[in-house]
Amino acid sequence: MELVLALGIGVLVGSGVWLLLRPRTYQVIIGLSLISYAVNLFIFSMGRLRVDAPPVLGPAGSDLASYGDPVPQALVLTAIVIGFATTALFLVVLLASRGLTDTDHVDGQERQ
Amino acid sequence: MTDDTLLISMVVLPFVGAIIAAFLPTMARNAESWLAGTVALAALGCAFLAYPAIAAGGALRAEIPWLASFGLTLAFRMDGFAWLFAMLVSGIGFLVVLYARYYMSPEDPVPRFFSFFLAFMGSMLGIVLSGNLIQLVIFWEMTSIFSFLLIGYWYHNASAREGARISLTVTATGGMALLGGVLLLGHIVGSYDLDEVLSSGNLIRNHPLYLPALILILLGAFTKSAQFPFHFWLPNAMAAPTPVSAYLHSATLVKAGVFLMARLWPVMAGTPEWFWLVGVAGLSSLLIAAYFAIFQQDLKGLLAYSTISHLGLITTLLSLSSPLGAVAAIFHMVNHATFKASLFMAAGIIDHETGTRDMRRLSGLFRFMPITATLAMVASAAMAGVPLLNGFLSKEMFFAEAIETHVPSILDTVTPYVAVIASLFSVTYSVRFIQAVFFGPPPVDLPRTPHEPPFWMRLPVSLLVLSCLVVGAIPGRTIEPFLRLGVTSVLGEATPEFSLAVWHGLNVPLVMSVIALVGGALLSFALKRYLATSRDGPPFFRRVKGQRIFDRLMALVANDGPRFLERYLSTRRLQPQLRLLVAAAILAAFLPLWRQGPGLGGLTFPPVFDPIFTLVWVVGTVCAVIAAYQAKFHRLAALALLGGAGLSVCISFVWLSAPDLALTQLLVEIVTTVLILLGLRWLPKRVEGAMPVPLSLTTRLQRLRDLILAVLAGLGMMLLSYAVMMRPAGQTIGAYFLERAYTEGGGTNVVNVILVDFRGFDTLGEITVLAIVALTVFALLRRFRPAPDSIPPPMQQQIQRKFDVAAPDRDDGATLTDYLYVASVIMQWLFPIVIVLALYLFLRGHDLPGGGFAAGIAMTSAFIMQYMAVGTRWLEDRLRVLPLVWMGFGLLLATATGLGSWLFGYPFLTSHSRYLEIPLIGEVPAATALLFDLGVFSLVLGATVLMLIAIAHQSIRRIGPARAANEAEET
Repeated sequence: MELVLALGIGVLVGSGVWLLLRPRTYQVIIGLSLISYAVNLFIFSMGRLRVDAPPVLGPAGSDLASYGDPVPQALVLTAIVIGFATTALFLVVLLASRGLTDTDHVDGQERQ
Repeated sequence: MTDDTLLISMVVLPFVGAIIAAFLPTMARNAESWLAGTVALAALGCAFLAYPAIAAGGALRAEIPWLASFGLTLAFRMDGFAWLFAMLVSGIGFLVVLYARYYMSPEDPVPRFFSFFLAFMGSMLGIVLSGNLIQLVIFWEMTSIFSFLLIGYWYHNASAREGARISLTVTATGGMALLGGVLLLGHIVGSYDLDEVLSSGNLIRNHPLYLPALILILLGAFTKSAQFPFHFWLPNAMAAPTPVSAYLHSATLVKAGVFLMARLWPVMAGTPEWFWLVGVAGLSSLLIAAYFAIFQQDLKGLLAYSTISHLGLITTLLSLSSPLGAVAAIFHMVNHATFKASLFMAAGIIDHETGTRDMRRLSGLFRFMPITATLAMVASAAMAGVPLLNGFLSKEMFFAEAIETHVPSILDTVTPYVAVIASLFSVTYSVRFIQAVFFGPPPVDLPRTPHEPPFWMRLPVSLLVLSCLVVGAIPGRTIEPFLRLGVTSVLGEATPEFSLAVWHGLNVPLVMSVIALVGGALLSFALKRYLATSRDGPPFFRRVKGQRIFDRLMALVANDGPRFLERYLSTRRLQPQLRLLVAAAILAAFLPLWRQGPGLGGLTFPPVFDPIFTLVWVVGTVCAVIAAYQAKFHRLAALALLGGAGLSVCISFVWLSAPDLALTQLLVEIVTTVLILLGLRWLPKRVEGAMPVPLSLTTRLQRLRDLILAVLAGLGMMLLSYAVMMRPAGQTIGAYFLERAYTEGGGTNVVNVILVDFRGFDTLGEITVLAIVALTVFALLRRFRPAPDSIPPPMQQQIQRKFDVAAPDRDDGATLTDYLYVASVIMQWLFPIVIVLALYLFLRGHDLPGGGFAAGIAMTSAFIMQYMAVGTRWLEDRLRVLPLVWMGFGLLLATATGLGSWLFGYPFLTSHSRYLEIPLIGEVPAATALLFDLGVFSLVLGATVLMLIAIAHQSIRRIGPARAANEAEET
């Protein structure tokens, strides 16, 4: 389980970094999205992986150790929403840049 | 009124006034003046009320604890010295308000002026009354900012902008140094409390950090008080409206520097370092500025240099480290404030009534404005140090101190000579000021015909001049008790015996005064002809301008330097920058592992191996890799594959017992996909095979390098996360939240309780960020137009349009509207259902997976579906979509919920939960956190809808005819 998830994170980061280093804005936006998946998973995994743990509190007196760590989950939850917002911002910037420079190269001009 | 309210209201009132002033209508010149005048008078009244307690020998204190454990409290403290300054700041402030009412023209936007003016007054009172050094620095910086705004008040004027910019750069840099100095001082003493600092003089002077602290604090004081070599900002600041100059350069801004030096005088003075640093700056300012002042052709320029010179006099007096010197310094601060304020106002009147300040054009004004002329003459006589006026008294004290030996050195030897020469110069420029403006033949072709100003405009000048006269003639009965109060509070037991008298007998200082008066008068007559036509600025030094050096320096720091660095150490291209960033990140993570070993050794092989989970991730990783491969030429495919990877993430969250995350991820996945789809149409068309087929070697090498970086980054993250996951979790704060989520937060969904209750303040910050981003997206799209569509409409749509146009009973675009008709009807019908789903997610959020974030995005998808089903125009004709209102409501509600807990005496964002009995439904949990969550919901809904429809609206925007023509020409 852990190994699979770690591999998944690795592949997401690898693909994301590759795209981040590409010259086209669209590649970069996809790359950033992939990296943000990986980062969210990574933060989430800091609470360790629990399968079949109850997500909400049961009746009083139940064993606290049976629950997953809620803190990374709370962090990731807002990160997902903020991630959407930054994607939108980046998308608008890249559209505006394309409108102004007539190219989708990240530098605003094609390389000579 | 208690001491606390007295002190606090003195500082707070001007700021409250400033806020009110900002919102009055533009033309309300009278209302603004009444407001500002009342506020200044109220501050003055507070100072009066405080007098009995101060005179009894005590210092008033008011404290509001803030971060007491860090020694940070909001502390106000008023002793005799602070009282003296508070009187000056509020008293002269009131007179300047009165003056400004008549000076400002009806066209000037007065709310801005009075608002900044009051805020500046509040900051200045804040400096004077601060009982804590850090707090003092904060008010200090605020005076820098408000003086910047005041100097640049006429911002349509290039010299005003320039002057404001220079003064801010210089004084704010000084403020930065001062902060450093104060931190050092606090470190030495162990407290930032002014009383404690003032009682640890020996500790400070003998500490190894004394010199650095001294230099930094003096840098702050010198820049503020325009001491050489930082004096050049002050003449440039003369572009400000004259009331501003009269206030800033007499009683307030520039006095802050000498105020601070006098305040810290008991604990920092008395060392050779102090003597040399302060003495050299003071003496050189005194002499050089007096010399420069003679050769100014602008009235205000003359006064500006004279201000620098008089501040130099005060600084020199402080440098001597003798108690009598300090007495004279404090006395001169008061005297200079009165005569300089009146002179600036007189210069303003002259400018106002004649239309020029150039002394070469002005002449013989006495016959037009005899009263103003008389007032100005008395004030400049005080500036020159003529007997029976206040300037004479403090100058005599200065001479008496200058001839004493304090620290045997060459500086001490030259002081009396410099003092006499500088005073001689000061007589010269004072005589010139009067002689050039008021005497001589009548002026020719002035912009306006000169006449006396209105009575109320002259009144402040008259009052100030009267005080110069009264203090100068009978000092013992007027100023002496107050001065004694101020001096005693600074010097304490070291207060020397002093008496203020006009006649001290025939002594050396008197002889020096006579030399200065006679010599100065002679010099002014000798220079009269030269100055009548000369260019602005002193001979020989005209070319050496502090400002020019400053400009060079600024160009180097702000332009040439960075350009040099960019050229040789950096690049404008994004890819190399990102490459460096990624490489640095890999290295930063790798280095600690290299030194300590990766720590994978003792780990057991994972015991659980789930084939289905593995399959999910095989799909996920394949999607990610293909998305990376296809993102260049097949954008839609890449987007779909991105969604595939996202689904794997989502399934993982479900699998790993985090249903809240899975829910949010799934919903965000939907809106992200819609968002990027909306953007796709404006990206340029890219066809595979446009690149030369055998790629050049460099391109291949670059790609190989990027591939290696990507693989390294991926491997690194994999190892890192694996290593962490295989370790047993230590004691985390998660247990704390699990224990208290129900008992204290009243909810069983711990994640949601953390978000809306335990860490509610974080969430408030996060939704604020969300709002800011949404507004930025909105604002960017309002200004920018995306590129025109890169490809013509698809063939299918073109055929449909042709069909529509040809058919007599169909409108253009009707077929397209009917496209997917069944699906769109179903989507419309889904609207209420999705809304119910969103409400359900919202309401159950506190106890079951859901909550404001997830519900907000679910609601967004309801709206997006409607947009897709029926089109933007149709929908917005029928449904009011107000994302900005929703966002504002959400933010306000969340904040108000937080503030609500204050009403019950709890800290910000404390929540309360209980069970309510509702008929028919039964017992339902109700927590104030639910209201907060409603704010989150509303804001998330507003922000996401705003971003999506802002982009969607670009599609129905038409390119303006001008731009269309432009583009047609280009193609």
